[in-house]
Amino acid sequence: MLARIKEFLGMEAKPKEVASEQEVEKVAEEEKAKPRIGYVHLSGCTGDVMSLSENYDILAPLLTEMVDIVYGQTLADVWEMPEMDLVLIEGSVCLQDDHSMHELMEAREKAGLVVAFGSCAATGCFTRYSRGGQQANPNHESFVPIGDLIKVDLAMPGCPPSPEIIAKTVVAVINGDMDYLQPMMDLVGYTEACGCDLQLKVVNQALCIGCGTCAMSCPTRAVGMTNGRPEVNSDRCVKCGVCYIQCPRSWWPAERIKQDLGL
Amino acid sequence: MVLGTYKQIVQARATDKQIQKISQDGGIATGLLCFALDEKLIDGAVVAGPSDEMWKPEPTVALTSDEILAAAGTKYTLSPNMWMLKEAVRQYGLEKAGIVTIPCQTMGLRKMQSYPIGVRFVADKVALDIGIFCTENFPFESLKTFISAKAGVDFELVEKMDIGKGKFWVHTADDLISFPIKETHGYEQNGCKVCLDLVSELSDVSTGSIGAPDGWSTVMTRTESGETIFSKAVDAGVIETTAINEGKFGLEMLTKLATSKKEKAMKEIDRRKELGLPVPYKASNEKEDPLANV
Repeated sequence: MLARIKEFLGMEAKPKEVASEQEVEKVAEEEKAKPRIGYVHLSGCTGDVMSLSENYDILAPLLTEMVDIVYGQTLADVWEMPEMDLVLIEGSVCLQDDHSMHELMEAREKAGLVVAFGSCAATGCFTRYSRGGQQANPNHESFVPIGDLIKVDLAMPGCPPSPEIIAKTVVAVINGDMDYLQPMMDLVGYTEACGCDLQLKVVNQALCIGCGTCAMSCPTRAVGMTNGRPEVNSDRCVKCGVCYIQCPRSWWPAERIKQDLGL
Repeated sequence: MVLGTYKQIVQARATDKQIQKISQDGGIATGLLCFALDEKLIDGAVVAGPSDEMWKPEPTVALTSDEILAAAGTKYTLSPNMWMLKEAVRQYGLEKAGIVTIPCQTMGLRKMQSYPIGVRFVADKVALDIGIFCTENFPFESLKTFISAKAGVDFELVEKMDIGKGKFWVHTADDLISFPIKETHGYEQNGCKVCLDLVSELSDVSTGSIGAPDGWSTVMTRTESGETIFSKAVDAGVIETTAINEGKFGLEMLTKLATSKKEKAMKEIDRRKELGLPVPYKASNEKEDPLANV
């Protein structure tokens, strides 16, 4: 089954990987304790879990057979947050919302690994623009990425993260493929994202080559290319960080790419 | 391995007379894309097409052979082709997209495919990436300077530009003007100075003039899919090949130029790291092969 998922994703398609795939399948089939996964929804638009759900056709067996979903508003019928091996947290946290603050702290206490799932949790994303003064609670004004308050182990930004990156990450977690996960561990520190990072961290640093990958990856079409350089319309930017993250000059996963291409 | 991993390296050109006439060298990118389109191996391609301004390319989604032919020939300035890739998949609905990329764009493409963090269902739609050899690229204003100030030619009259034999060549209807390539130094874009890739090491098929005689291109097939499409084009007679020239003006030249680009870039990478500036690549003392594109 895992092999099917991998085949679909084009991961590790090389024949020499077959042995290890079989091993992984064997491990998966053994009735060991399944990883216990939780899902916590703070301040976000629910787009991240929708992106996850787009994978149900390929991940359904994995999500039902290989992991136990033990906590989550729409995913598990429980009130008390149990101990978890891994918790996905969607949404930024509102400093004025006691319930969210409490749930975040409790999740950190009860989960082995915390994943900032989606840009709201990872960078604050569009909730960075909140100024309060709105119903249902005008006092809810200050929204920050969860990494400002708790230790985060893995960040998967994206507005939303693509279904493919979610699936690839799930497979990597199950395989213990730390090499694949490394960039997402590094991204934990990237909590203040903005389209202007393209100017500050790429153009200003003499790194831009005008390839256009940033403009392609922007989910809101806030990035265009003028004279071979990104031009950001800040009125459209949601501060998700994806443009800078996809830039080939921000970080460069050379080994993984070669492996994926069979080179 | 300064030329990256490849399956075969040959000298090749498109057999179509029209393509030979309008293309930069062997017409491999044009010929291969037209063939792939005819054979439905791709249903469109992102290319550096013409814009309203002479010699200023614009990333364009080509759906027909005519549109691919309109983009033939090298423009020595920036065309952010990756920008149009999502457009090609979403707006044009391409299921099997082709794309022509220079090495840095190839790197953007491959990173997006291995880590499609914020890009939904685009990575899997790329069926063919043709990578072009690239020593460096120029901002449009740099190019204008070469043409008007150094070559003394009206931009409108230029029919072709070319780099070869140590010179930058400007072709007009009745004139051929050149100046030493050294005079372009200082005009190249800064991002190129840390680039470790001349030959599009991560493309499906890479091609360029270096190492091939006039009217021909050097071609390297790299991935399984690249090898398959190229072989089909050769079998169909759309592309003809001869053995690569192993000598001084062939493979030796390509190896030499690829090596010197890497060595220069490594020096600059090390220098920038010492200054505390960010570079996404490893310093020379941090990697086994000091010239590897990592």
